[in-house]
Amino acid sequence: MQYLHKYASPKFFYVFAGKLTPWLAALTVLLLAAGLYLGLFIAPADYQQGESYRIMFIHVPAAWMSMFIYACMAGAGAIALVWNVKLFEMFAANCAPVGASFTFLALATGSLWGKPMWGAWWAWDARLTSELILFFLYIGYMSLEASIDDPRRAARAAAIVALVGVVNIPVIHFSVEWWNTLHQPASVSKMGTPSIHPSMLAPLLLMAVGFTVYFFTVALMRMRNEILERERHTTWVAQLLENES
Amino acid sequence: MKTRHKRLAIIITGVVGLTVAGLFVLNAFRSNLVFFYSPTEVLEGKVNIPAGKTIRIGGLVEKGSVRRSPDGLKVDFVVTDLNKKLPVHFEGILPDLFREGQGVVAQGKLQSGNNFVASEVLAKHDEKYMPPEAAQALKGGTFAPGEEKKRP
Amino acid sequence: MGGYGFYVWSSYGLALLVLLLNLYLPLRRRKTVRRLLHEFLRLKRSLQPGSE
Repeated sequence: MQYLHKYASPKFFYVFAGKLTPWLAALTVLLLAAGLYLGLFIAPADYQQGESYRIMFIHVPAAWMSMFIYACMAGAGAIALVWNVKLFEMFAANCAPVGASFTFLALATGSLWGKPMWGAWWAWDARLTSELILFFLYIGYMSLEASIDDPRRAARAAAIVALVGVVNIPVIHFSVEWWNTLHQPASVSKMGTPSIHPSMLAPLLLMAVGFTVYFFTVALMRMRNEILERERHTTWVAQLLENES
Repeated sequence: MKTRHKRLAIIITGVVGLTVAGLFVLNAFRSNLVFFYSPTEVLEGKVNIPAGKTIRIGGLVEKGSVRRSPDGLKVDFVVTDLNKKLPVHFEGILPDLFREGQGVVAQGKLQSGNNFVASEVLAKHDEKYMPPEAAQALKGGTFAPGEEKKRP
Repeated sequence: MGGYGFYVWSSYGLALLVLLLNLYLPLRRRKTVRRLLHEFLRLKRSLQPGSE
């Protein structure tokens, strides 16, 4: 565990993240550009839904991110609770706004897709409802985190809320299998071949990887800000700023 | 046991416990979380539906069963789950994906004589995405250029 | 976009908005944090006797 503490030291992480961020940002731009090009110009129209299915290239990656970021947040929260690693506290706290915005994006684009295809902006089916609950979990997490002044205590309380909410993640995933829903089952899953044509799967996966790298880019940017703020009394921050000016 | 390990054990037990409890609760509510009933469930009385209650039924639009009124606003069709059939009457605008052989969810009331009068019709699509050419090839039909533009 | 332009472009527009906002917020925060820290350090130095 001493490795965890060494590499998770705020100073080491600040420098390391600073070097990594521009590369991640460049990779994000490349992946999203390739995904958009394939998705909007190369992929053919769908046999049932015509052009409207292109909303999928935003909607599905956004929905995946909403769950992935929540899992990251809860996992980092658990690590911070057990081993008292400040860095994981900061990571968990900085996951929340990004995750909430992806959840919003998944809900909004789903609505924009549902209106022309299903004939309704919203339906209270199990998939849509559980995703909405995820959005409220993020909001609850953020308000609790913000309402406690001491950052260490805030992180601990918020981590417990995040862990309680983890139960919602499998519910979202399996909702389309457990219940009769308006939402269709998953097209891409680990088991079996995806029921989606390769020319449409390629942009979908590119966008999903692009969103993931984007998430880590902005999470690192947010963490660097918070490290500077929290460590302002230390000599390394003073030295760092002096070298700059 | 170190405090740290104790804390880890507490967290794991807590998360596992909550998840199991949550899933049990959801399982208990399973029947209440159904978005729609199938024609079989409705017609064979497998579910208890009080008279005059608004419910949703879902299934496939039977091929060749869609009849529209001359003004196009009234439509009659049959919803099937490949076991039982339920005739549906609807007045209003149908979604773009409403097609024969496609999934549909209708909200409305069951009338006497096992007729269903819908107040809202939603289209339900499957999880398959492919270009029209691939769909044609799957059906074993030959693909004619321009075919994909013919959308109802 | 085969008659679905409004729905498709609104989705892509919203996505762009979300991505840009999540990028802008940490950049703005970084500016603020650095300004405050420089002020904080200047103040700290000026309070230390014998320095400068």
